[in-house]
Amino acid sequence: MARASSTRSKIGYTIAAWAVALTLFFPILYTIITSLKTEQEAISGFSLIPSFTWSSFEAVQTQNDYWKPFTNSVILAVGSTILALIVAIPAAWAMAFSPTKHTKNILMWMLSTKMMPAVAVLVPIYLIFLRTGLMDTRIGLTVMLMLINLPIVVWMLYTYFREIPGEILEAARMDGAGLRDEILYVLTPMAIPGIASTMLLNVILAWNEAFWTIQLTTTNAAPLSAFIASFSSPQGLFWAKLSAASVMAIAPILIMGWFSQKQLVRGLTFGAVK
Amino acid sequence: MGRITLENVTKRFGDVEVIPPLNLDIDDGEFVVFVGPSGCGKSTLLRLIAGLEDTSGGRILIDGQDATETPPAKRGLAMVFQSYALYPHMSVRKNIAFPMRMASVPQDEQDRRIEAAAKALNLTDYLDRKPGQLSGGQRQRVAIGRAIVREPSAFLFDEPLSNLDAALRVGMRLEISELHNRLKTTMVYVTHDQVEAMTMADKIVVLRAGHIEQVGSPMELYRAPKNLFVAGFIGSPKMNLLSGPAAAEYGAETIGIRPEHIGVSATTGTWQGRVGVSEHLGSDTFFYVEGTGLAETITVRAGGDIDLHHGDTVFLTPDTAQMHRFDAAGDRIAAPI
Repeated sequence: MARASSTRSKIGYTIAAWAVALTLFFPILYTIITSLKTEQEAISGFSLIPSFTWSSFEAVQTQNDYWKPFTNSVILAVGSTILALIVAIPAAWAMAFSPTKHTKNILMWMLSTKMMPAVAVLVPIYLIFLRTGLMDTRIGLTVMLMLINLPIVVWMLYTYFREIPGEILEAARMDGAGLRDEILYVLTPMAIPGIASTMLLNVILAWNEAFWTIQLTTTNAAPLSAFIASFSSPQGLFWAKLSAASVMAIAPILIMGWFSQKQLVRGLTFGAVK
Repeated sequence: MGRITLENVTKRFGDVEVIPPLNLDIDDGEFVVFVGPSGCGKSTLLRLIAGLEDTSGGRILIDGQDATETPPAKRGLAMVFQSYALYPHMSVRKNIAFPMRMASVPQDEQDRRIEAAAKALNLTDYLDRKPGQLSGGQRQRVAIGRAIVREPSAFLFDEPLSNLDAALRVGMRLEISELHNRLKTTMVYVTHDQVEAMTMADKIVVLRAGHIEQVGSPMELYRAPKNLFVAGFIGSPKMNLLSGPAAAEYGAETIGIRPEHIGVSATTGTWQGRVGVSEHLGSDTFFYVEGTGLAETITVRAGGDIDLHHGDTVFLTPDTAQMHRFDAAGDRIAAPI
């Protein structure tokens, strides 16, 4: 009896899990389906069977230059992530291993900046960008993306660093390692899984960021998010082309996420302490 | 050289004074054990010497040089941690090499010292393994190897054996003692286990609430504990401490008599009592006697072949030459009985 009911509940959970997963994935799936339709099919109502035409992709490729925003996206996502790590690793190290009584407050304050709607600071940031000549430049946008994701990067690294036993860092100090050696040779290699997942998440966040990339760019520094937005033109919507552009924009990040799954889960600290 | 001097060293965490002003001299080549119950400040004291904690006052001198403000990396000391604290991403070889790498020791010299340490610690076959693939005892030996190759002026051990099982602990205890005999380097060793303290130390420092209760060789502490705390802490099984009329008879507030210093007879003796639990260890028997007119149960150590059973009446006679007397404040009365 018990076994039968546990099998039944297992089946129930499996169905529920698939239902949730498919619901979450459906918008992406439908985007992919729509991108394979003709414009005619795309506006003619709900249908899961496309005519498998690549015309929208071809149109997106020929009418608009895909590679320039793609390159911009890569530069912005990777650049802002590297910049964020350079700032966040020492910050998280300090907060995790030499906390003061205000450390928790600082972390909360950092996180609170994410609770404010971005549009609240649009005008000052816009003016700063305009006056410093950073408008529509890759460097300006890289710094901007780094800044908006920094609280999350610091938080994530702080959480990972906290799991590293402090005694190992103390051992390094006793072994003659200075601050730089301690971070470079002991902390960072041990935190690689954590740093890797932080990097991945930050790349995804930066890649998909749409508010600032659309507000602060026109053509030169516009990444793929701005590229997608350019298809929702006032002359009318082109659903199939918009979908094709979206698929081309999310495909790289989707593939990267898929392949790095395993690396992210693996823990390295096993066996360090009892 | 490895002479360590603490001058009025204090440590406060916020408003809590963990170590009140404390003075201690550790001679070059000495094996000093800090012992005391948990929370007595012994680990904090070791970490102050290591430089892993900042002092709140006083000075720490290493070989006569003021090292109070010197960072741990520059004090020339090596530390072995309770949790081993190995670098999990490095092989055993790289773990042992790490301090030499930090000190920019030439590669051939590094190799020579690693081979020597590995040979001394039976780690030669494990040099290319990661710490995660080793047993607890092997990991602790790697931690010791990492300390040896630094050729430090003193070794600091923070309860290094408490994560090991009992049999391994005895083995490692011997290895560390042998290491000390061979290297003749100063060792400061923290433990809560009085057996480790007694067996390994040249000098034991008994701590309670950050205070030094007594400093002396193991036998000095065994023969002449300065107060009730030390009397109760050193020796296994614990010293019997009796108060009331039994103590007044000897002109003391409390008397202490070790289980091995009590004679047993079936017919006559100072105290009469009834045998409770007996523990047979083969070579020895410990039995616990409820004495008539005594508030405390008396532990007696007798030979392995003694024939006494639960409920038997026995007579106990303390060896007065080995008796310890304490006054109302708990301090030793030095005058002989």
